Amino acid sequence: MISLANPTRFLSLVEAVVPWLTALVVILLGAGLYLSFFVAPPDYQQGETVRIMFIHVPAAWLALFGYTVIAMAALGTLIWRHPLADVAAKTAAPIGATFTFIALVTGSLWGKPMWGTYWVWDARLTSMLVLFLLYLGLIALWQATEEPGRAGRAAAILALVGAINIPIIKFSVDWWNTLHQPASVFRADGPTIDPSLLTPLFVMAAAFTALFVLLHLIAMRAEILRRRVRALQQTQVARAAMAEA
Amino acid sequence: MLDLGPHASFILAAYGVTLVAVAALVLAIVGDDLKQRHLLAELERQGIKRRSAAKPAPPTAKTKPAPKPSKASKPSKAKTGAKSPAAKQKPARPGARKTPS
Repeated sequence: MISLANPTRFLSLVEAVVPWLTALVVILLGAGLYLSFFVAPPDYQQGETVRIMFIHVPAAWLALFGYTVIAMAALGTLIWRHPLADVAAKTAAPIGATFTFIALVTGSLWGKPMWGTYWVWDARLTSMLVLFLLYLGLIALWQATEEPGRAGRAAAILALVGAINIPIIKFSVDWWNTLHQPASVFRADGPTIDPSLLTPLFVMAAAFTALFVLLHLIAMRAEILRRRVRALQQTQVARAAMAEA
Repeated sequence: MLDLGPHASFILAAYGVTLVAVAALVLAIVGDDLKQRHLLAELERQGIKRRSAAKPAPPTAKTKPAPKPSKASKPSKAKTGAKSPAAKQKPARPGARKTPS
């Protein structure tokens, strides 16, 4: 694991893993969509709208997963000052933001026919919106600062402060009286969902997770290359200045 | 045709938004990756390379190690005093009998 922290070795690993991971994403997404539309029966309460859950729930899980990755990487940036930790945090933010956006929009589209409204300011929905705003804030902070090291440290502090929102999102449905239903998959007494609906949900969750990892690896490679390009351009400018002098 | 019931528009809209968002994300990330690769290749074509790129590659596990001298081919140290090339690289063992110079 430590040897993979070397950016050059990490790039070699990405080169080897990306084709296999791409194939895995295509297979899992194909299987997941087939199960979601052609195998899963309508729910006895939600009817056909249960099919929205097969994208809403995995997207919400990955929204939390993405921020957890950023918070862990922020620790790596602040404690060990490892350049790959900063790269991992920076590149996870747009992916996490996209999955949060998907969770919010698909949740609203499910809420209208089921609850009669697109939005309520309950604890779960509001804390997810706060998560989305945190992602946007982190992206803006990285974009606003020219020097990657300074931007990384500032973003790491913001990311760690914002990490308090993760347990709030997870336990909001237990701590407060919300319109959003409580957890129905990861429970101490087991899932309350029928296996005919749980299977497509898990396959789609696996597909979304594989997609997240794939995109994160490619984005990390692009960021490492961007920093190399930046360093080489600075060398080019320095050489030109020396030649003029 | 798949019958999605009275709420088909909500289901299709949810999948449509997801498709568009994921497609935009994939295009942005893969496009950025290709752009950075192109920029780096362009700079290297101009002769601007990283310092580490100029260094020789470190030995890997695949590199064939130098052959060890077999017992049969080992010359008698007492008689000839000569060493095989591989044996020359080895440090003298403590307490080993010195060969005559």
